[in-house]
Amino acid sequence: MSEQKVITLQHLKIGQHARVVSISQKCHGLERRRFIDLGILPGTIIVAEMRSPSGDLTAYLIRGSVIAFRSEQTRFINISIL
Amino acid sequence: MTVNTAVPKMYGRCEDCGIYNMANLKKLGINMDKWDYMIALAGNPNTGKSTVFNALTGLRQHTGNWPGKTVTRAEGGFIYNRRGYKLVDLPGTYSLMATSLDEEVARNFVLFAKPDVTVIVVDSTRLERNLNLVLQILEITDRAVVCLNLMDEAKRKQIIVDERRLARDLGVPVIPTSARYNQGIPELLEAVHDVATGRVVCRPHRVKSISAKVDNIIKPLITQIKSAFPNLPNARWVALRLLDGDMSIMNAIRDDGLGELNHAPAFNLAVA
Ligand SMILES: Nc1nc2c(ncn2[C@@H]2O[C@H](COP(=O)(O)OP(=O)(O)OP(=O)(O)O)[C@@H](O)[C@H]2O)c(=O)[nH]1
Ligand SMILES: [Mg+2]
Repeated sequence: MSEQKVITLQHLKIGQHARVVSISQKCHGLERRRFIDLGILPGTIIVAEMRSPSGDLTAYLIRGSVIAFRSEQTRFINISIL
Repeated sequence: MTVNTAVPKMYGRCEDCGIYNMANLKKLGINMDKWDYMIALAGNPNTGKSTVFNALTGLRQHTGNWPGKTVTRAEGGFIYNRRGYKLVDLPGTYSLMATSLDEEVARNFVLFAKPDVTVIVVDSTRLERNLNLVLQILEITDRAVVCLNLMDEAKRKQIIVDERRLARDLGVPVIPTSARYNQGIPELLEAVHDVATGRVVCRPHRVKSISAKVDNIIKPLITQIKSAFPNLPNARWVALRLLDGDMSIMNAIRDDGLGELNHAPAFNLAVA
């Protein structure tokens, strides 16, 4: 397989699917643990489902649950678009 | 999980059949001021905890996707096999590292209120996601029953769950249910009764040690926590959270005197 471009989750458009590559090293401690507890690990498939009118919250489908994040959180998740 | 050898468990008796069990159940609603056992209902959001709660208490705790999910704990009761049970319905949570008020309510209860049995309600169509919380809860209590709910949905999606294998691997009873249709509730009741009375002893799967280095660091911390809060269960778990920098745990112990808490003394209904 060819090298996939890695971007951060905040840039995933509604309706697009992505695979998690890593959680940034800049995100550590409880914040990192939170992502892992929500099922965000390398290999996890994430789908961007919808965005709030103000645009600051985006809902993602992750392992069967819809979970909303702010862009200051999703900038830590490295993904490749599928 | 082993069956207590003093009281061997027998199958095929009248007492083990569902109709007999349900006849032995008396739903008490909120009319409960004394109880023999306190049971917590924990699990991920939207797995059917309140539906199980309603099936056992006869109450109508709001169920559904949104709005009206359980935001704080609701309490009710029932009598089963001549024992009084107090049931506490908790808000859904993905982990015990609380990041919201709902999650804190659930976490503090499971951690500090020492329920006699914690029923972990899981969505059998999303087992992988749900097992994270199951393992976290099994780290802090060995009196648990896994309620493998939404089995009707699993069947519809042609998902087959090997519940015997799951029970063996987790070390606690695993009971398949479709709570919305009252299926599996008699079996769930019996499993809860077995664990509450000690007829079944759980041997939950646990990570014994993270590393020798971590063990050495937390050892003195555990000693200090135990001497400061003698009634606090799970000192090791709390020590690990402190190493994580989880200050909400420290605040919970300090501010709410949760370290001193045993069984809640008075009945009270909180549904707001
Ligand atoms: N098909 C099916 N639906 C169920 C079952 N159990 C519960 N439900 C439905 O699932 C939805 C959520 O149920 P609740 O009991 O509110 O879930 P909860 O775990 O209390 O949810 P939170 O309090 O938000 O965490 C409701 O629409 C229930 O009717 C079941 O066994 N099968
Ligand atoms: Mg609920």
